[in-house]
Amino acid sequence: MPLRVLLTKPTHDCHDRGVRHLARKLRDAGFEVVFTNFLLAQEVVDAAVQEDVDVVGLSSSSGGHMAAFEDLMRGLKAADADDIVVIAGGVIPDEDAKELKSWGVRAVFGPGSSPGDVVTFLNAHVKAA
Amino acid sequence: MNHRQSLDPAALAADVLRGNRRAAGRLLTLLEDGDPCAEAALAPLFAGTGRAQVVGVTGPPGAGKSTLVSAIVAHHRAAGATVGVVAVDPSSPFTGGALLGDRIRLGRHATDAGVFVRSMASRGCLGGVALATSGAVRVLDAMGLDVVVVETVGAGQSEVGIMDIADCTLLVTMPSCGDAIQMLKAGIMEIGDIFVVNKADLADADRAAGEIAAMLRLRDGGGAPPLVLKTRAHEDQGIVELVGAIDAFLAAQRASGAFEHRRARQVERETLARVTEQARRHILNTLDATVWNDVLAGLRQRRLDPIAAARRVLAATLREDSDSGTVTGAKEEPCRISG
Repeated sequence: MPLRVLLTKPTHDCHDRGVRHLARKLRDAGFEVVFTNFLLAQEVVDAAVQEDVDVVGLSSSSGGHMAAFEDLMRGLKAADADDIVVIAGGVIPDEDAKELKSWGVRAVFGPGSSPGDVVTFLNAHVKAA
Repeated sequence: MNHRQSLDPAALAADVLRGNRRAAGRLLTLLEDGDPCAEAALAPLFAGTGRAQVVGVTGPPGAGKSTLVSAIVAHHRAAGATVGVVAVDPSSPFTGGALLGDRIRLGRHATDAGVFVRSMASRGCLGGVALATSGAVRVLDAMGLDVVVVETVGAGQSEVGIMDIADCTLLVTMPSCGDAIQMLKAGIMEIGDIFVVNKADLADADRAAGEIAAMLRLRDGGGAPPLVLKTRAHEDQGIVELVGAIDAFLAAQRASGAFEHRRARQVERETLARVTEQARRHILNTLDATVWNDVLAGLRQRRLDPIAAARRVLAATLREDSDSGTVTGAKEEPCRISG
């Protein structure tokens, strides 16, 4: 069965070209992509629960990602949904990526990553039964 | 609740009845995946369903269906009613992947606890809805939501699956979507209970509404023809009139007995479709590989045509069934427990 992936960006962002490109690539790789733009962390959590996605991908390209992910991880836990795999993408420095991973973000796709890297990761680590 | 772990159908059903959104989301996924757990969880819920008003929204891509759905949801929320939305978008015929984008237009309801929105890929179904859509409506109904809105994939001319799900179907179109001859064609133009010309601020909206109304007056059968309404969904214009028209339509249907008749026909047709589906699954699950390879060879060598090939497959399955004494389909499959 197709994996369900929620792709979104935080509210303060506006650089959605990358995440749109990724949405298309994931679609072509056979995933069901729930696509939304520019959400607050609580909106991401509510959408993830209603859509029962396997993965939440949050892309941040204009800073503020640490706060966005902190809220997201806390919100998912509060909603009893912290088993959903969270991945990060966009403009995220290496030292931040380390910290995000220590919070439970499973993978960080920073500058230089390709959509193919995301597909490979999802197929290797999250593929549905 | 852990994702994709062992689920007890009875507990899942009880959680859904309590309005647990995580459980409802889970059950919808299992339903989409054709998981036997979903079947077992839905069975005890069915008796309590049928309470919600089910509104279908269909029409061509870009007509503004999602925006209209959002406006309808806003109207009901202002009146205190709770709303579920099932929004269907197409799956790729090549990869099975899908881009489900209907939530974007529903952004203003994102954290409203009185709204539950589920995106659904069509997964190969060509009727504008998915195989799991009718079951999804029942899950949202069982959760206690007052109104369930089903948005189809962008529909062209023959995607009429929504008529077997909705109590009232809105056919949404927009100005400049074709001339009067398009309105005369069979198919989707026959299934609208209410016609909506959205984007009514565009030129030619009156002409479009007039052409639809003229076509509807040619319908056989007694009674008033379906209403044609104009909306500007992104500004919430025309929504009060539209929701009023839906309520009036349903009240008239109930008064005449047409409502019960329609629902009875819907479950009848769904059951027949399920018979086909279960038979197909049973046949493919039990078919002997030797028989299938023989059939494929026959097809390749043009000894067998597809009709005769299908008949041979069916005959082989019936022989197998009478030998083994079983005709159950899904029972042998275990509930999904792996991650």
